[in-house]
Amino acid sequence: MTHTQSLFFQKFAITPNDLQRYLGEALSAGGEYADLYFEYLTSTSIAVEESIVKSASQGISAGCGVRVLSGERTGYAYTDDLAPEKIMRAARTAALIARGPATQPVQNLKEAAGHQLYQVSSPSADADIASKLELVMRSDKAGRAFDPRIVQVRASYVDELRQILVIGSDGTYATDVQPMARFSVSCIAKSGENSARGASGGGGRVGLDFYQNEKTPEYYATEAARQAIIQLDAREAPAGEMEVVLGPGWPGILLHEAIGHGLEADFNRKGTSAFAGLIGKRVASEKCTVVDNGTLPSRRGSINVDDEGSPTQNTVLIEKGILKGYLSDKLSSKLMGMPDTGNGRRESYEHIPMPRMTNTYMLAGEDTPEDIIKSVKRGLYAVNFGGGQVDITNGKFVFSTSEAYMIEDGKVTAPLKNCTLIGNGPDALTKVSMVGNDLKLDEGVGTCGKDGQSVPVGVGIPTIKLDSMTVGGTAR
Amino acid sequence: MATKTEVVPTETDLRNLATDVVDRAMKAGATAAESVVREGNEFSTVVRMGSVETLKESGSRAMGLRVFMGQRSASTYSSDFTEDGIQRLVKGAVELAHVTSEDSFSGLPDPSELGSLSNDLQLYFDDVYSLPPEERIDYARRAERAALDVDPRLKNSDGGSFDAGTGHKVLANSLGFVGEYRRSSCSLSAVPIAQVEGGSMQRDYWFSVARTLAKLDSPEAVGREAARRTLRRIGARKISSTEAPIVLDPMVSVSILGNIFEGATGDAVYRQSSFMAGKLGEKIAGSNITVIDDGTIVGGFGSEPFDGEGVPTRRTVVIENGELKSYLLNTYTARKLGMKTTGNASRGLAGSPGIGAGNFFLQPGTRTPQQIIGDVKRGFYVTEFMGFGVNLVTGDFSRGASGLWIENGELTYPVEEVTVAGNLKDMLNNISEIGNDLVFRGSSACPTLRIDGMTIAGA
Repeated sequence: MTHTQSLFFQKFAITPNDLQRYLGEALSAGGEYADLYFEYLTSTSIAVEESIVKSASQGISAGCGVRVLSGERTGYAYTDDLAPEKIMRAARTAALIARGPATQPVQNLKEAAGHQLYQVSSPSADADIASKLELVMRSDKAGRAFDPRIVQVRASYVDELRQILVIGSDGTYATDVQPMARFSVSCIAKSGENSARGASGGGGRVGLDFYQNEKTPEYYATEAARQAIIQLDAREAPAGEMEVVLGPGWPGILLHEAIGHGLEADFNRKGTSAFAGLIGKRVASEKCTVVDNGTLPSRRGSINVDDEGSPTQNTVLIEKGILKGYLSDKLSSKLMGMPDTGNGRRESYEHIPMPRMTNTYMLAGEDTPEDIIKSVKRGLYAVNFGGGQVDITNGKFVFSTSEAYMIEDGKVTAPLKNCTLIGNGPDALTKVSMVGNDLKLDEGVGTCGKDGQSVPVGVGIPTIKLDSMTVGGTAR
Repeated sequence: MATKTEVVPTETDLRNLATDVVDRAMKAGATAAESVVREGNEFSTVVRMGSVETLKESGSRAMGLRVFMGQRSASTYSSDFTEDGIQRLVKGAVELAHVTSEDSFSGLPDPSELGSLSNDLQLYFDDVYSLPPEERIDYARRAERAALDVDPRLKNSDGGSFDAGTGHKVLANSLGFVGEYRRSSCSLSAVPIAQVEGGSMQRDYWFSVARTLAKLDSPEAVGREAARRTLRRIGARKISSTEAPIVLDPMVSVSILGNIFEGATGDAVYRQSSFMAGKLGEKIAGSNITVIDDGTIVGGFGSEPFDGEGVPTRRTVVIENGELKSYLLNTYTARKLGMKTTGNASRGLAGSPGIGAGNFFLQPGTRTPQQIIGDVKRGFYVTEFMGFGVNLVTGDFSRGASGLWIENGELTYPVEEVTVAGNLKDMLNNISEIGNDLVFRGSSACPTLRIDGMTIAGA
């Protein structure tokens, strides 16, 4: 066990002996499986507005969550004090989900080889605050310089470093040091009585050099300002069913809402998902292959190991239109007799892990984006979105445009006001008739909420055409 | 199952800790400082198909510090209450404040504005933890059972749940303010799923939340209402695009009230990111519309004796008979706009204070929801909104919706997979009916509303 490298052994003086003892306590009432999740999270946040630094904050949160499984039951307790007696008490509380004498021994802990997905020489959490500040100020300047109609620029930079240690009574032992950075810019444009907003941002499991070399503050600021200026001239969006073309990248949120949540194993185990029982069936046109891949280097949704200590994977969800598999964690894979796909994630030590997406995207097809747009007589071309939501039981999902245009006679024409698109998960992708050769992943801004827990995720998609979808505008 | 609660709430002396952190910050060179210390306990259980699915029980605590070095400010937070942890919290904040900008509007509230309501707001009842675990689980089980027993088509479930929580918060600042209060809450919910041959599944939910067990609805009442809301969705269909009046169930109208709240916050106004900016004193809604924020209601879910900066909460009329009377402000946004704080500062652990609502509501009318529906010849009764399609800068509104179609004053078949769109500026002027059914199920509440002139997009 390479415990000397982990902060929990150094800073909190936890010993390998302690770990065995905690797990033993957690199983003392007859639980079948127990795990402990230690977390130490530091974060920094800087916000610039009206060209001055309006707020700066730093924080630390640390704690340990103890989970005990007994059949379909989960007992959970946590502590933000890592003193041995406090962890023991949490273990005892969680243990009581089961009743009876201990039946399972704690296996010897062995560290599994994980991925090395974060090529960060020094995490940005360690960089000095002045360098971060300079980046944020640069974006403020670039936003204002873009156009005199830009009246407000807000920019922020947030980074964190999450150190985790996961141990399980099945011998699981995993550590990870997970960096994360995110840059955000939003601009308000004004012209006469008209106002509009544009927003942009990005990042991932990257260091500060990412913003110095790859995606600069000017890049994000210009993009936010461009969107705000375009929206000044937006006209009413149409209402009703029509052809919809999604641009590449962040519009992949379609996949996240339409199918991703519905394929999380817990919902299917309980039979509460509209996708329950559809494995092997056609749920999309044959042009669609969709994966959830937690192993892409540096991406926001990537992790070396999930929050149960299992290595992440590249899981095929839909292959040429046929539903292939679910996203699983330890509990669901055990109860369903299916493989654990390494998708057990949680927001923090205060939360119970459950199946969650990582980076969900559709593989590239053969059409060119130009041909796709040319093929549309009258429809919507949506290139940027805000958030989305799904009811996994009846399959209905929505996502709302933040930048969209009309397509008329094969040409992209007027920009449109924000509108919501609505569809039905199990058949939305059956209407995909063209798939572009331009797969793009999003910039790294996604946060997914489920049962009150937020985790960072990624999405991606090439340009695609849906033959029909309901567009929620006001023009008839 | 256990018969006794194992996690005993740890009682730190939060008051001394909060003032000590402020003193240390001042000694470290801050010109002003403010600290918040919080402690809380939570219990939650979910019972699904009659069996316990999860049981969670824990306590946590954390503190936050905001310091000023003249007109510069910064903040830090930590869950580490050791001597080392507190030293780092203070040192970190003071160092960080050196790199931020001078902002002439920054600072603590004016000393004359600080204070705390003296009456008992009845926010804390220790009975939320009085039930032994077995009985708590039984509450959740009964709520689910009551729902599933209503109709054989309710074959599956996302469970019944019972949650309880308590919180203790202390706020202290270098102007001598120290305030503290405790809050409690408990809640029950049921989420049944209906399934019919050849049709899609439908799910809905119902809940009850209260500060004391004594005021919680019975599990049976919660379960039956959850069943009613789920059963009425069976067989839902998409309708053709049309224009028709919409009638909003209070669970849905409250989200539009949320949009009004956001638009009225000082942050959105001074940033020019609200369609309500610059409209003070102007008519922005129909003369039947009055919207009030009141943080002082005894037992209210949004009540507190002082806000996130130590300013007493109060009653503020935001819209009166359609006229925009006041924004909702904290100290910073009030100074930016040349106004006075309305005691609406919200304080998380980190960052600058934001704006939070007290009990925020739209004044009820006199007609029952049945009367309002009864007057509609052809319209859409909306019971659920989906997604985030509201742009506060422009007021553009476009959200997914489901509910029931109204024909000749009667609710007929269920509707789903449609959107409802318009613009908030118009919507506020097109509210033609307001129900008498104002019930607080959280810190904001809105009665049934009828809004005319919106576009429904479907097939």
